[in-house]
Amino acid sequence: MSSRMGTQWSCSVLLEAVDVTEYRKTANDALLLGGVRFSSRLLTGTGKFASRELIAPMLAASGSEMITVALRRVDPKAGEQDILRYIPPSVQVLPNTSGARTAEEAVRIARIAREAGCGDFIKIEVITDNRYLLPDNAETLKATELLAKEGFIVLPYMMPDITVSKQLHDAGAAAVMPLGSPIGSNRGLEMKAMIKRIIESSKLPVVVDAGIGRPSQAAEAMELGADAVLVNTAIATSSDPVMAGKAFALAVQAGRLARLAQLAEEQEYAQASSPLTGFLR
Amino acid sequence: MPDCRYFLFTMQIILNGQPVDTADQTLRELIAEQGFVPDAIVAEVNFELIKKEHWQQHVLQDGDTVELLSFVGGG
Amino acid sequence: MNMSFLDVFPRLEGFDVDRHLQAATPADVERALRRDEQLDRRDLLCLLAPAAQPYLEEMARKARQLTLQHFGRVISLYAPLYISDYCSNACTYCGFHAGVDFPRTKLTLEQIEQEAAAIAATGIRHILVLTGEAPAQTPMSYLTDTVRLLTEHFSSIALEIFPLDEADYRTLRQAGADSLTVYQETYDRETYKEVHPAGRKADYVYRLQTPERGARAGFRALNIGPLFGLAEPRREAWLAALHARWLEEAFPDVEISLSLPRMTKAAGAIPPRYMVTDKDFVQFMLAWRLFMPRLGITISTREAPAFRDRLVHLGATRFSSGSKTGVGEYAVRSQEAAPEQFAVTDNRSVEEVAAMLRRSGCQPVFKDWELV
Repeated sequence: MSSRMGTQWSCSVLLEAVDVTEYRKTANDALLLGGVRFSSRLLTGTGKFASRELIAPMLAASGSEMITVALRRVDPKAGEQDILRYIPPSVQVLPNTSGARTAEEAVRIARIAREAGCGDFIKIEVITDNRYLLPDNAETLKATELLAKEGFIVLPYMMPDITVSKQLHDAGAAAVMPLGSPIGSNRGLEMKAMIKRIIESSKLPVVVDAGIGRPSQAAEAMELGADAVLVNTAIATSSDPVMAGKAFALAVQAGRLARLAQLAEEQEYAQASSPLTGFLR
Repeated sequence: MPDCRYFLFTMQIILNGQPVDTADQTLRELIAEQGFVPDAIVAEVNFELIKKEHWQQHVLQDGDTVELLSFVGGG
Repeated sequence: MNMSFLDVFPRLEGFDVDRHLQAATPADVERALRRDEQLDRRDLLCLLAPAAQPYLEEMARKARQLTLQHFGRVISLYAPLYISDYCSNACTYCGFHAGVDFPRTKLTLEQIEQEAAAIAATGIRHILVLTGEAPAQTPMSYLTDTVRLLTEHFSSIALEIFPLDEADYRTLRQAGADSLTVYQETYDRETYKEVHPAGRKADYVYRLQTPERGARAGFRALNIGPLFGLAEPRREAWLAALHARWLEEAFPDVEISLSLPRMTKAAGAIPPRYMVTDKDFVQFMLAWRLFMPRLGITISTREAPAFRDRLVHLGATRFSSGSKTGVGEYAVRSQEAAPEQFAVTDNRSVEEVAAMLRRSGCQPVFKDWELV
């Protein structure tokens, strides 16, 4: 089983070694987004794949339960099939508003996506900086407020900023998605320090989105305390996206378990007054 | 062979940002004419979303802005 | 020519520790606490300062983390074995000093054998041998015979005896001893002269250089420390830690430990000039841990059970247990009360201490290593 065969896995023997579903069964540690439970903390994306045929096997291998899609004008010459066909029904589609340069455009795309039957989830991505593809926090905040009022489950992609993070919470977002590093850069957690602070202060789940290039970076984000990560480029552009999907899934689990162990350790000594030296008072 | 209606009742609409000459027809007919699979399409006319079940009734006007969208890969 | 702690000590001695201790600010303490790299002597001073007292909890958390990283959840157990209370020194603070009138005892080898067997029966495998300073009563031959005998019962033999020359230490090393304990008592020369008016112990410099001689002779582990109460405690803590770090840098393959023996107000005895409170004790321990992550910290049964139990989570790495501080008290004359060097406050048996450690989430280790 060593050669690639279209949608087949390249090294199924290796992949059998750790069962992703085993972990999912033990999920008392479910991710809650907008009231919906997810047992996987790895969100993925459909962009940049060499072939759309790889999306379904990648989802199966990684166990990812939410995947982003974009909305574009149809190209009469392209004759492409609708991407939704490639996504299994059990996986939540997360439309993003990529292409929007203003809050109004983002809102419009969100409404279209919902009308098209995608459900209430929407990832707000408003980018005015085309050099680094950095999100516009102000427009994102505006869009969040408008869409939250319309009952969307809003996941805003944002430039890490504690103040904006709090404002997004107040505006009704269901999570915050600070970027790790610019989209496609694969530079990992360049924004580590800020992300850490957001995690510490956020009342909402934190999903680190963009820039995660290696599974170890995904693990690192989870160890920092992120609730989930979104990985698109690194998986899609891998020479074996199916294996990459599995690698990232394992990394996310490892990082999450490490975080839970760390929290258990802190819990040991978490009391109202000083636990270690309290007896000296 | 061109439909004789085409020559008799042409109008211009903006389709996905481009000016396009088209016959006086419904949205559904336009979509079919352009060669799209209806299932995969989302349609907006003058920035208003038109639900699929209404495509048949929705008659296009001269100067309408039509956006035909579909879901594609994205991050 | 060998380097010596004495090369750097005068500079440290001359430093106006008190002024800097009082001048330390909360910002200084915070800076020391936030540092990721190795702390320097200025940081240590800030952590020992009164200004650091509100930060004990934060120091404790960091110290605990470092202890876990470097030592794991393990506490080593040992027991002291006093083999002779003959002493020619006149240390004013000690229950065994030459001026105190009580029948002195020295164990024969057979008696040492009995004591050793009794201690080993409790599971202890690391032993600390103690004598007073009386070379006539406890000559090298006696000491080497004792050490050889003890190697039959224990995997590690530490010595807390009078300072010897490097050659003698080498002899004892070859006989099977592997660790050396020697407390400077006080790093303050004036005080040292006061409290050690007579005997070989009056030689301050010889005592100060004892750990180095031991290291050069091949001892694997060194345990040093001041006797808190004789001179100003924060300065003692600072100098002792700097001594420890110097030893660590000069002898990288030797395990260095510090202890915190502190004088208490015992009935009838001279009250100590300086009292070290539990809070001070903890502060010193924590500061030491932050200053030297790999430092061993030894706590004896001088300290009360409840207090010792807390120290488990504050960076202690070695505990004595089931201790008897009178000569022959384990077996030979366990029926009578032998004169004790200091009052044992934690009278729990080895098994009780081990059980306490396990309840605290620690593994008691009886045998850490042995020489082969």
